[in-house]
Amino acid sequence: MTAARAARGRPATVRGGRSRSAVATWAKSAFGVAVVAIMLFPLYWMVNASFQTNQQLARPSPHWLPLGGTLTGYRDALSQQGGHLLASLIIATGATVLTLTLAAPAAYALAQLRSPGGRTLLSVLLVVQLVPGIVMANALYQIFASVQILNSALALILADATLAVPFAVLILRAFMTAIPRSLLEAAALDGAGAVRTFWRIVLPISRNALITAGLFAFLFAWGDFLFATTLNLNTTTWKPITLGLYDYIGGGTNITTWDSVMATAVISSLPAALLLTIAQRHIAAGVINEAVTD
Amino acid sequence: MVPEVPKNSAAVVGGRRPPPDRSVAPAARNRRLGIGFIVPVVVFVAVFYLYPLARNVVLSFQDYDINSLYSGNAPFIGLGNYRRLLSTPAFATAVVNTVVFVAGSLFFQFTIGLGLAEFFHRSFPLSPLLRSLLLIPWLLPLVVSGTLFRWLLDTSNGVVNQILLTLHLVQDPVPWLNTPHTAMAAVLICNIWIGVPFNMVILHSGMQAIPAELYEAASLDGAGRWQQFRYVTLPQIGPVVGIVVTLGLIYTLKVFDVIWVMTKGGPANATHTITTYAYQLSFGGLSEFGLGAAAGDLLIVVAAVFALLYLRALRADPGARA
Repeated sequence: MTAARAARGRPATVRGGRSRSAVATWAKSAFGVAVVAIMLFPLYWMVNASFQTNQQLARPSPHWLPLGGTLTGYRDALSQQGGHLLASLIIATGATVLTLTLAAPAAYALAQLRSPGGRTLLSVLLVVQLVPGIVMANALYQIFASVQILNSALALILADATLAVPFAVLILRAFMTAIPRSLLEAAALDGAGAVRTFWRIVLPISRNALITAGLFAFLFAWGDFLFATTLNLNTTTWKPITLGLYDYIGGGTNITTWDSVMATAVISSLPAALLLTIAQRHIAAGVINEAVTD
Repeated sequence: MVPEVPKNSAAVVGGRRPPPDRSVAPAARNRRLGIGFIVPVVVFVAVFYLYPLARNVVLSFQDYDINSLYSGNAPFIGLGNYRRLLSTPAFATAVVNTVVFVAGSLFFQFTIGLGLAEFFHRSFPLSPLLRSLLLIPWLLPLVVSGTLFRWLLDTSNGVVNQILLTLHLVQDPVPWLNTPHTAMAAVLICNIWIGVPFNMVILHSGMQAIPAELYEAASLDGAGRWQQFRYVTLPQIGPVVGIVVTLGLIYTLKVFDVIWVMTKGGPANATHTITTYAYQLSFGGLSEFGLGAAAGDLLIVVAAVFALLYLRALRADPGARA
């Protein structure tokens, strides 16, 4: 990817002076920064508002910088939403563990073992991702009601895993397909069975892919709102942070505590920021591409 | 599996080339083990996708309300739910809104995403960093994005109105979320903001796969920036465009969080899409689960049509798998 980029460098000598192209290059950077600043302005405004007092936020002229900032919003957010944050953490972690436990062996089988029905499974996994969440929520509500697991951590862990399992299988499979056959054959020659090979070789090699798939599974579950607001609406114990945030603004048209609303929004965004930092652009971009085109 | 065994034993008897033959036995075993490896996911798919889907279809033919939930009593009423749904004016509004929402989202997400992808396709300092920063809106929980835009567009304290007033573009604050047309514009803007990074990333990676020689040749032929884009980039990313638009369409059909958080489908049903309307029917207080399931099924049919087109596009173009 990087090599292709470098090779593609525009023939500056053909086009004209070196200094002119240097200026043009920096102009591009400046333009890029401006574009990003505009696109990310809403995020800046969220952070800015989260550090202001409600009196400041209610004034007709905006405070462009969080000067004279306060942590009141965060204090309120943590004291009122702490339980929801913990619930989200537990549910998202559970969904991630469940997703990887199911997806990793299947991905290995689809990538390296000639499992009967593998191709069909692959197509089904591609297609089920297209089922609208509201359809899943509607049906899961009836099913969970009949087995009486509505309003529990289990309900959301199971439901949230449905968001991530197909995605995780597809990206892990894409990665595991690239594991050299010779490596697995060598393990087989050493007497390792498929289970041992999977555990001792495939999983350790796939660490990065597992981390990426796991982070996305976590992010999907963390961001889920539809399942929470259908399956776990009538609980105080297992209400995730998305529902907590919605409760802040849900009914009213006249919201007076934008500071704690925005502080909660900032806190809810932290896993995304974490993902971006850890997974980095190559993994993230590559993974998205793999997952949607493979 | 069966034919492998004699082949293997024959080789052993012959005593020739043992190493390749030893790998035949594991291959046979692997086939069997392969089943064990995929069984958990197969069960999961059956229980958590296929069964709910089937359940939803059955539900759409039943008069299933809040009492049914407790009594388990839900009479079958044939196409009753579908007939009722299609004769409800609010549903017709939801269908029109869905078309507006999907078309508007796709058009702007794609054009802005394409513009950004083309821009970041050029190499310049900071390009990779800026590109990854642009991903943030796509990674945020949708509830956060909806809440954020609700704050930006707040009538009295929202920064958008404050800027418009300062620039004297409007005389009075715009009640973005409280009037029908501006509410649709508001949810569209938020959804476009969320979707641009996805379009940009996929289109950008499609552009990365274009051989550099094509640009060099075009450049030597005297093609300018625009001509290179028009005659090299666009034709080369054709398949990726198909994928991005199809996926965008399917994702946009499902959008729930953004609309629900910003407007709850209001004012006066102005921002209800089929998705939010289906939710409203099932969970909005009246517990019309059968009716909601019928709306959901219609949504599946639309999504399925595009899913088929999507799979066909993938199969037709091996290059897109790169």
